[in-house]
Amino acid sequence: MKGRTIYPGKAKGVALVSYEPIGFYGGVDMKSGIVIEKGHELEGKSVKGKILVFPYGKGSTVGSYVIYGLKKNGVAPLAIINKETETIVATGVILAGITCVDGIAIEKIENGNIVEINAKEKEAEVIIE
Amino acid sequence: MHLTKEQEKMLDGEQGSITAKMMRLLVRLGDVYKAERMIPVASVQVAGVSYKSIGDAGLDFLEDIANEARVKTITFLNPAGMDLENWQEMGIEEDFSKKQIAIIKAFRKMGIIISATCTPYLAGNLPHYRQHIAWSESSAVSFANSVIGARTNREGGPSALAAAITGFTPYYGLHLDENRQPDYVINVKTELKWNSDFAALGYYVGKIVKNKVPFFTGIKKADTDQLKAMGAAMAASGAVALYHVDGITPESDKVEITNLEKVEFGKDELKETYEKLNTGEEPDIVIFGCPHASINEIVKIANFVKGKKIKRKFWIVTSRATKEFIKKTDIEKIIEEAGGKIYADTCMVVSPIEKLFRTTGVNSAKAAHYLPGFCKQKVVFNNMEALLS
Repeated sequence: MKGRTIYPGKAKGVALVSYEPIGFYGGVDMKSGIVIEKGHELEGKSVKGKILVFPYGKGSTVGSYVIYGLKKNGVAPLAIINKETETIVATGVILAGITCVDGIAIEKIENGNIVEINAKEKEAEVIIE
Repeated sequence: MHLTKEQEKMLDGEQGSITAKMMRLLVRLGDVYKAERMIPVASVQVAGVSYKSIGDAGLDFLEDIANEARVKTITFLNPAGMDLENWQEMGIEEDFSKKQIAIIKAFRKMGIIISATCTPYLAGNLPHYRQHIAWSESSAVSFANSVIGARTNREGGPSALAAAITGFTPYYGLHLDENRQPDYVINVKTELKWNSDFAALGYYVGKIVKNKVPFFTGIKKADTDQLKAMGAAMAASGAVALYHVDGITPESDKVEITNLEKVEFGKDELKETYEKLNTGEEPDIVIFGCPHASINEIVKIANFVKGKKIKRKFWIVTSRATKEFIKKTDIEKIIEEAGGKIYADTCMVVSPIEKLFRTTGVNSAKAAHYLPGFCKQKVVFNNMEALLS
C-alpha cells in the first residue's frame, strides 16, 4: 500500500491494531507504554516496539508530549500507521522522531501481522507479509 | 511547500537538531494545510505552561528543547499553575510548585519572556493591524485577530514554540484575507450591560458557529474588556478564532455579509445561557480574571468593594505587569481590606483549585465552561456586583 510520509524511516515489526482513535494524554502511560484508557480496545496492551496502527489521534494536544515521552523512556512504538494523521500525532512523531505514515487503509491490517514500512521523504510504502 | 535557502538550512540541521525538528514540524503542518510558503512572525505567544496541563511529559520535552534552542522573535507565555511569587499563600503544594518552577526555568532558558498571561496585548506584546503573529492562547488569538486585526491561526503549544525557535509559520488559514470572511450574521436584539452578558452572548454563539467566523450586528458599544470576555467565551464553547462586530472591529466594514445564515440573540437566549452556565448554589470563592483582569476591571471591582466587607472570599487574577501597576496605587489595599486578594501569573482554570474549593463564582463564561471539567468545580455564573453582594 502507498501512503504519505509524516516522519521518514524504515521499520519492520508486529502490528498492534486499534480501529478506534487513540488519545495519548491520559490514554497511554508514558513510563510503561501501556494503554490505560478505560474501555479502549487496546486497554492493558503495550505499544512498545510495535507497529502501532490506528485511524487518527484524539483528545488533548498534550498528547504530542506523551508521544515524545514514550520515545524518551524507550517504550515508544517502532512506527505508526494512520488512516489520517492529525496535528497531535504529527507533532508528537516529528518531535520524537518516530517513523509515521498516513493515507493507509488500516482495515486491511490485522493484529499480529508482520508489517514492513519504507517511508521516504514524501511517499511511503507499507507491506503486509 | 517552497522554502527559502535559510529555511532549507534550518531543516538540514545547520542550526542544530532541535531547530531542524521544529522546522520539519512547521513544514509538515504547512503541507497538511496546503501552505505555499513560510512567513516570518512578529511575535509568538506559547500556551501549555501549567504543570497541571502538561505534566511530566511536557516538562521533559521543554527541558530538552531548552538545552539546545533559543527563540528568534519576541515570545510571551501563557499563565502558569500558580502565582510564581505568592504560591504558598494560594495554598499550592510544594511538589507542584517545584515542577512548575522547573517548567518556567526551561522557558526562561529559551529566551521567552515570563509574562505568564493570557492577555499579552495588555502586558507589552501588541501587534498591529494585519501583522502576522503565531499565538496559541485561544482567547488571545481571538482578540488579536478580531479586535486588533492582526493575523494568527490557533496554534498548539509545540507549533507556537516551533514558530518562536525558527521565526516562521506556514502561510495558511487566517493569515490569508480570503479566510477572514464571516459565515454567520448574529443579530443581537437585547441590551448587554455587564461583561458577563457579553460573555454569555459569546458562549451561546460559539456553540452554534463552532470554528466558523461570526459577524455581529446590533451591538451599539462594547469596550475592550467586554470584547475580551465575549471572544474568550466563543473560543471555549466553540473554536472561534475570529469574529467581526459591526462598526467596532477593524475589518467589519471590509467583509461581505449578504446571503449568510442568520442567528438571533435576544432576552430569552441571554437568560437561557445564564441558566445553563449555573451548576452550583453558594460559591466557596469568587474569582475574577478569565481572561486576566485588565486595570480597568480591577479598578471597577475596587470601586464597588471600597469600604465594604465582602462575605465571600474573592480573588482577582491578572498578569504580573498589571499587578505591578496596581501596586503603585491604593487599589490592592482597598481590595484586601474588603477581604479579597490579587494574584498574578495564574488563573482559576490552570491552577489546582480543585484541592481548595468545590464551588466557584465567576463572571467569565470561558471559566464557567472549563471549571467543571478541569477543576471539578460547580459554577455560579453572574455579573461582578451580584457575585460580590
